[in-house]
Amino acid sequence: MSAAPARRVWDALARVADPEIPVVNIVEMGIVRDVRVDGERAVVDMTPTFSACPALHVIRDAIAGAVRAEGLTPEVRTVLSPPWTTDWITEEARAKLETYGIAPPAPTGEGTLIQLEMAPPRCPRCGSFDTGIRNTFGSTLCKTLHVCHACGEPFEAFKSL
Amino acid sequence: MTDALTPELRLALVERLTALADDELILSHRDAEWVGHAPILEEDIALANIAQDELGHAGVWLSLRSALDGGSDPDTLAFRRGAHEYRCARLVELPRGDWAFTLTRQFLFDAHEAVWTDAARASTYAPLAEAVEKIVREERFHLQHTALWVERLGLGTEESRRRTQAALDELWPLAAQLFAPVPGEDALVAAGIVPDLAALRERWTTLVTAHLRKSGLNVPATPTQEPAPRTEHTEHLADLLREMQEVASQEEEGVLW
Repeated sequence: MSAAPARRVWDALARVADPEIPVVNIVEMGIVRDVRVDGERAVVDMTPTFSACPALHVIRDAIAGAVRAEGLTPEVRTVLSPPWTTDWITEEARAKLETYGIAPPAPTGEGTLIQLEMAPPRCPRCGSFDTGIRNTFGSTLCKTLHVCHACGEPFEAFKSL
Repeated sequence: MTDALTPELRLALVERLTALADDELILSHRDAEWVGHAPILEEDIALANIAQDELGHAGVWLSLRSALDGGSDPDTLAFRRGAHEYRCARLVELPRGDWAFTLTRQFLFDAHEAVWTDAARASTYAPLAEAVEKIVREERFHLQHTALWVERLGLGTEESRRRTQAALDELWPLAAQLFAPVPGEDALVAAGIVPDLAALRERWTTLVTAHLRKSGLNVPATPTQEPAPRTEHTEHLADLLREMQEVASQEEEGVLW
């Protein structure tokens, strides 16, 4: 066991784009949890963003492919604990999401898992907080649909999970 | 970890997990029937999202079951079981009805799933505690959405209120089945593996009653009759399964594409 090959795998995985939001990669999204390299074998722990995310098998295959390209034999494991949270999305990835037009998720708070309303996100185009929700569900499981009352533009926001 | 469970507890937990999975799978199918037919595009998308989430949760429950029953395959359980082997509640079997019926049912179910998963975070069976920690985070979006719809329909027009009240009157007695224990469940509760359904029912009733009243709806009387066991189904389940399993039933071995 040595750190250098694991570092190489982490770097390779940081080049794997999120299949649904290709401006960010799966490492900065917090999907890759651990990498262990033992000789020719690399074990990668990944965690699903949403239980029913249809991109999971695509991500799993992409991880295996990236590991093989490094000359290693991949074993991709899915772990549920601790559960993925949007708090694991890095600052850099949040900035990329906002530039891409998706309002990044707000920090999650504990103790309020069952609540009936959510705080309004900031418009990724003009920065206004004067926004209204149009749909608590969007084009993918991880997003909600909003409209900005200041600039009039519709936009998507990442759910805080 | 599964070795710590006695055979009796294991059997009971398989029953509970199957009930949870079948409720979500069948409800998911009923919701998915609206895809392309919902009143507006946003709601078509929202209900498809909810159906997809519930299907994902069914997959999680069946994976937990698989670790306890010697490695059953979730797809085989979904597509190869007959109605008599399903353990879903009658509430989820009923045809989708009108929009008010679909959203009122989803609201009552979401509130149940939210309180169940929230309480199961304290499960002494670690794989269950870990799984619900994930599911409870997703459920909260369902409850927000369906609660808003119940309010909108209840306080909307005379017709939307009439339809929502009619749906509630039909669904309310059926919801009791969600809080009926499966065989062996008492021992699971005693071992701290699953939450106590009587306590959950109280929490659920408080939560939904307050919201239904706020939405201008009359909360029906609590049913006094014992709910039917999960082995007895409405005639609608067989029809639903025939459609859901139609493609799989034509391929003995199953196909991958």
